[in-house]
Amino acid sequence: MREVAVIGAGCTTFGEKWDTSFRNLFVEAGALALEDAGVSGEQIDAMYVGNMSAGRFIEQEHIGALIADYAGLASHHVPATRVEAACASGGLSFRQAVIAVASGLEDIVVAAGVEKMTDVGTGASVDALAGAADREWEGFAGATFPGLYAMIAQDYMHRYPLTREQLGLVAVKNHYNGARNPIAQFQQEISLDTVLKSSLVADPLRLFDCSPITDGAAAVVVAPLERAREFTDAPVRVLASAQASDTITLHDRRDISTLDATVAAGRRAFRMAGLSTSDIDMVEVHDCFTIAEICAIEDLGFCRKGEAGRFTEEGITALNGDLPVNTSGGLKACGHPVGATGIKQVYEITKQLRGEAGRRQISGAEIGMTHNVGGTGATVAVHILGV
Amino acid sequence: MSVARFWRKIPQRYNLIGTRCTSCGRYFFPPRSFCPDCRRAGKIVDHKFAGNGKIITFTVIRTASEQFEQLTPYVFAIIELDEGPRTSGQIVCAPEEARIGMRVKPVFRRIGADGESGVIYYGTKYAPAE
Repeated sequence: MREVAVIGAGCTTFGEKWDTSFRNLFVEAGALALEDAGVSGEQIDAMYVGNMSAGRFIEQEHIGALIADYAGLASHHVPATRVEAACASGGLSFRQAVIAVASGLEDIVVAAGVEKMTDVGTGASVDALAGAADREWEGFAGATFPGLYAMIAQDYMHRYPLTREQLGLVAVKNHYNGARNPIAQFQQEISLDTVLKSSLVADPLRLFDCSPITDGAAAVVVAPLERAREFTDAPVRVLASAQASDTITLHDRRDISTLDATVAAGRRAFRMAGLSTSDIDMVEVHDCFTIAEICAIEDLGFCRKGEAGRFTEEGITALNGDLPVNTSGGLKACGHPVGATGIKQVYEITKQLRGEAGRRQISGAEIGMTHNVGGTGATVAVHILGV
Repeated sequence: MSVARFWRKIPQRYNLIGTRCTSCGRYFFPPRSFCPDCRRAGKIVDHKFAGNGKIITFTVIRTASEQFEQLTPYVFAIIELDEGPRTSGQIVCAPEEARIGMRVKPVFRRIGADGESGVIYYGTKYAPAE
């Protein structure tokens, strides 16, 4: 197996981009990534694109070919493949690109992610997102996505000492980081009071516990490590790529408050990289809801079950803490264009490791981790990157 | 939802027909046709569930999809049936009434509809049984 490196990364700004179409979003992100890598279109051997639900959001399938076409590569007949795993589509797209290069089959591969969510109303997007859970036995009965995570929060708070305030501090911290990220959907810091006084969505989760509906795209270029220096002075090595599955429904999980797929993917990633939690300088976790960040920190092994609330309150996960979590602002503040999120996480870690993260830069960052979840934890992708 | 897609699940949705693996005795609701423990050696038969159980966790949904908008706020829960398996469903009670550990029983209810003149979907909700 060959070692793989990220040689370029690009990302659109995230937000409600009513003036930008699906295809223009990924063309913009792809062009930024290629320019960053110093790669020309003709050099691309293959493309992967993470996308959850273009069929529901813009009534368009066959996204792989569409991307290759609008990237101007139809005449090159570049193999282009759509990867879907709900909100983990981006993470899996990156993993497929890494596998393609590691195997020796391809050299220069683009991993992209894109979602255009605001062309439908809130009700329709809530319904499309519910497809990430079990349509027949959760969605049919009236479950929403916030509702499912709210049941995790309710179970968690029943069993462990997590306060409503500690949960809110996750959102406050992520908005603080988002305010320092030029691509973030929300550029404002918020107070704990804002979270606690926002409207209830699904008890105990309030509006400011939830990631928003977002348009956006991100792309990275990967290549064999031995060729990376042809393109960049600052290659970022892919130290581990791991993925795990679990039951599609929340009710079938071994433990409601533990994402076993996160535990499995995290362990596999640490084993593959030969590293442990203390080696990680910062981590982008999948905080689709504040409770999801609490679970992720624990399930990846950064603290024991039940401790992440205190961990957050003590500032350990803050930008200047021992383990900065979601320096990009996370899904909460940076935004969550579902198919693009996993790639945006890799983009953020790449920026951090190259020392290009501006006002949110973690000094001396050498190793970072990404954690991307599909559904309520039925798919998890974890990557470790380093310089 | 197409008529066929709803129709073929009527036994499960109306009458809680799940399955049981006779090789290991494990119950499945929602039904599975393949036992994760016994795999191909497992023999799966139908089993009618009583539908009694308890709330494992719950929420009050206040923002719903279009289909359920008119119901908000409604209680939604994970229920552990007495036979063992867990399932998800609405609890027919006031938001402040629901609590973890509460005993529930099944009730036959209208779940949704395809517009004003479309198919009406019935199914099982759960009501407090204490």
